[in-house]
Amino acid sequence: MITLIIGIVAGIIGGMGIGGGTILIPGLMFFLHTEQQIAQSINLLSFIPAASLAVFIHNRNKNIEKKILSPLIVSGVIGAILGSAIAVRLDPSILKKLFAGFLFIMGVYEIFSK
Amino acid sequence: MKLRSKSILIIAGFIAGIVNGLCGSGGGTILVPSLVFLTKVKDHNAHATAIAVILPLTIISSFIYVKSGILNIQITFRIMVGTIIGAYIGSKLLNKLSINVLRKLFGIFMIIAAIRMVL
Repeated sequence: MITLIIGIVAGIIGGMGIGGGTILIPGLMFFLHTEQQIAQSINLLSFIPAASLAVFIHNRNKNIEKKILSPLIVSGVIGAILGSAIAVRLDPSILKKLFAGFLFIMGVYEIFSK
Repeated sequence: MKLRSKSILIIAGFIAGIVNGLCGSGGGTILVPSLVFLTKVKDHNAHATAIAVILPLTIISSFIYVKSGILNIQITFRIMVGTIIGAYIGSKLLNKLSINVLRKLFGIFMIIAAIRMVL
């Protein structure tokens, strides 16, 4: 039940465009004590269905800027392969510190963004 | 498209990809402001375009995680169901709540969580 509630809260935040994943990952670790990598895997996988639906709807409403899509995706895929390959090999305690640093920067950004 | 703006997009995409793969999240949080500041894309379209970019990156990252055996099907499935319900509620609340106040509130949450994670 707690798992479902964590998902709903993350979904609400994500659905409002505030970045549900950055909240979901520490939520999973604090409440369910999942390992850093597992929490990240859960976030990545659970993003796919809702995001697919969002892309479908945005595409129908013509909100996606198609002309800038290909340079972003091509370089993004290379970055994603590199980032994931490092993440799956890192010691969980090191990845956790890295993630905490990222989370801190994101938190400061959210506070000072318009 | 000009070479300069294309190079900027390539760099932004690459950074979003690395962060999204390494931290398992946050690619969109980086991409949306990048698109708004660096290109002349409108706010709403920047969000839509960012999801369209992050989705394929997330599928590839997920594949690498799962292939390495980093997977918890039971929790993932429950979170997935919760996220879909939550995303629906979130999109309905979008016009009723002050996003700015929420943004700052979650910013504080994130900072507290980050500090707790290293202590």
